[in-house]
Amino acid sequence: MPFSAQPPASGERYALSASLDNARHLSSLLRAVHFQDHATCLATASGLRVTVEDAKCIQANAFIQAEIFQEFSVQEESVTFRISLSVLLDCLTIFGTSSLPGTSTALRMCYRGYGYPLMLFLEEGGVVTVCKINTQEPDELLDFDFCSTKVVNKIILQSEGLREAFAELDMTSEVLQITMSPDKPYFRLSTFGNAGSAHLDYPRDSDLMEAFHCTQTQTNRYKISLLKPSTKALALSCKVSIRTDAQGFLSLQYMIKNEDGQVCFVEYYCCPDENISEAEL
Amino acid sequence: LSRIGDELYLEPTEGGLSLRAVNSSRSAFASFLFAPLFFQLYEPGSTGPDTELFRCKVHMKSFLGIFRSLPSLEKSVGKCLILLKPRASRLVLQLHCKYGVTKTHNLAFQECERLQAVFDTQRCSSRLCAPARVLAEAVVHFPLTLAEVTLGTGPGGKISLRNYVEEEAEPSKTVVTEMWLAEDEFQSVAVAPGSHITFCLKEFRGLLSFAEASNLPLTIHFDEPGRPVIFTLDDTVLEVHLVLATLSDLKSNSQSPSTNGVSHLPAPSNDFPDDLESYMVAMETSEGGLEGPPSPTFPLRTPQPAESHPEEEEEEEEEEEEGAVPGTPPHKKFRSLFFGSVMSPGRPGPATSQEVLAEDSDGES
Repeated sequence: MPFSAQPPASGERYALSASLDNARHLSSLLRAVHFQDHATCLATASGLRVTVEDAKCIQANAFIQAEIFQEFSVQEESVTFRISLSVLLDCLTIFGTSSLPGTSTALRMCYRGYGYPLMLFLEEGGVVTVCKINTQEPDELLDFDFCSTKVVNKIILQSEGLREAFAELDMTSEVLQITMSPDKPYFRLSTFGNAGSAHLDYPRDSDLMEAFHCTQTQTNRYKISLLKPSTKALALSCKVSIRTDAQGFLSLQYMIKNEDGQVCFVEYYCCPDENISEAEL
Repeated sequence: LSRIGDELYLEPTEGGLSLRAVNSSRSAFASFLFAPLFFQLYEPGSTGPDTELFRCKVHMKSFLGIFRSLPSLEKSVGKCLILLKPRASRLVLQLHCKYGVTKTHNLAFQECERLQAVFDTQRCSSRLCAPARVLAEAVVHFPLTLAEVTLGTGPGGKISLRNYVEEEAEPSKTVVTEMWLAEDEFQSVAVAPGSHITFCLKEFRGLLSFAEASNLPLTIHFDEPGRPVIFTLDDTVLEVHLVLATLSDLKSNSQSPSTNGVSHLPAPSNDFPDDLESYMVAMETSEGGLEGPPSPTFPLRTPQPAESHPEEEEEEEEEEEEGAVPGTPPHKKFRSLFFGSVMSPGRPGPATSQEVLAEDSDGES
């Protein structure tokens, strides 16, 4: 949908300038990481990364690569700012959240640089809305130092198999325990709630299992309240990769296909829970 | 079962697995007995000379949480394994789902005594059997907040369902809903004439939904007020009992068919369908609603010890009276309020007069 209204004076250089024909390609991904009010945005030539953190234990990143945008230009090597994700989402969905086929909101995003607000121009059906959202100093982000060489166990599952499990997790349990092993039970999700314990086992030969690379038996516990928000990303995704490293750090990577079939990623990193009490297996 | 109690009692027996519940005031008890044939495999465990089969109870909510979403269960779960592990103090429920996924729930349980209500359907003087749908359609007219309902038998084999109104309730603010079901709506009717019982509707609704969903006929066994009412569902592999306490009749000797425990109405007699018109007018004309004395233009129905004979006389009387009364409410009111009754202007109920003939022959039951 061509965007006709022009942003102010073309002589000005914007640190970040981007156009997107369908704002939903951005908003749906941002919703998948919206478990805190604020997010840190990092724009580089490869695209936009929006990071949300909580409790110094969990970090979620939404990646929207430059190719998704109709126009994406970053003047410096990287541009970064902190912004209210709640407000950003409200603006992106200002024309409503229902997705009628054939209608979409066009977006133009401009950021002049440090200290300037993020400008959004949104258009749908000839109606234009201009939003200016204040930006703040970017936060120091956690570095989980998670790289593929340090991965001990990795599986890739079709999201369909996990969606219900995550939606029905026993929230009276403080932790979600994840067991990955080359032997039985292969991949197990456990909770220890008021009613008792519950275990969800996925065999390595299940149709849902796209890849199974487990070298060592590992059992790690994570605070369930921190992981629960990842259910949103799971709901949008078609596949999820679950990886752990030697220290028990968890990486969840969700492959999300947007309406136009383009692929984007959302990832969650989580530290294992230090307060470990005896597991009831 | 969750409509009755907060705890689920599991009792494996040689005859099958019994799931039971009781409410906190011990006025409602239900049991579902699943015969061994219901299961693919049923092993109740071994009993020694001194040991009984192990029994336990679990929190209802915990148990229900495992079977949260029925549609998704139907789609994804192949089979369910239930294991009772006394030594580990765990009740294990394992759902085998599609894609090879296994969900294992280990529930904590408590040991318990045998839960059994004392009742005997053979001792009940009255029995009704109807498809669940018929009763469900009758009950739908009552508000969900209604606590108690009175089931009664009327002349002509009609069965009534009326909401029970507390004595202390303000008459002007009370709505009385009553419906009459004809004998032919039931699969079988074997009732003591003039009998009635009042029981808790909420606990009954739970069983009714189950009966409707499983398309089973419901049998109601009842006796005098105060004695429990027993609802049963029977199937080849399932036996269900719901036992509810009923309100005892403090007003009068319950042997007399004349009282029906509802003192608010101007003509408390079992000739209710015949009295429809007078009842309606009395409701409209007496001040403050139901509690006032009946209008002097209407005959005060004296309780009749035996129903069948005076029937015809009373009908004639009423027809005479009708002409004398000015301001009779339009007959169409009756049709809207009373379920299943056949009314036409000018006559209190042609159906009842037909039924009278049948009534005579049934009167001896």
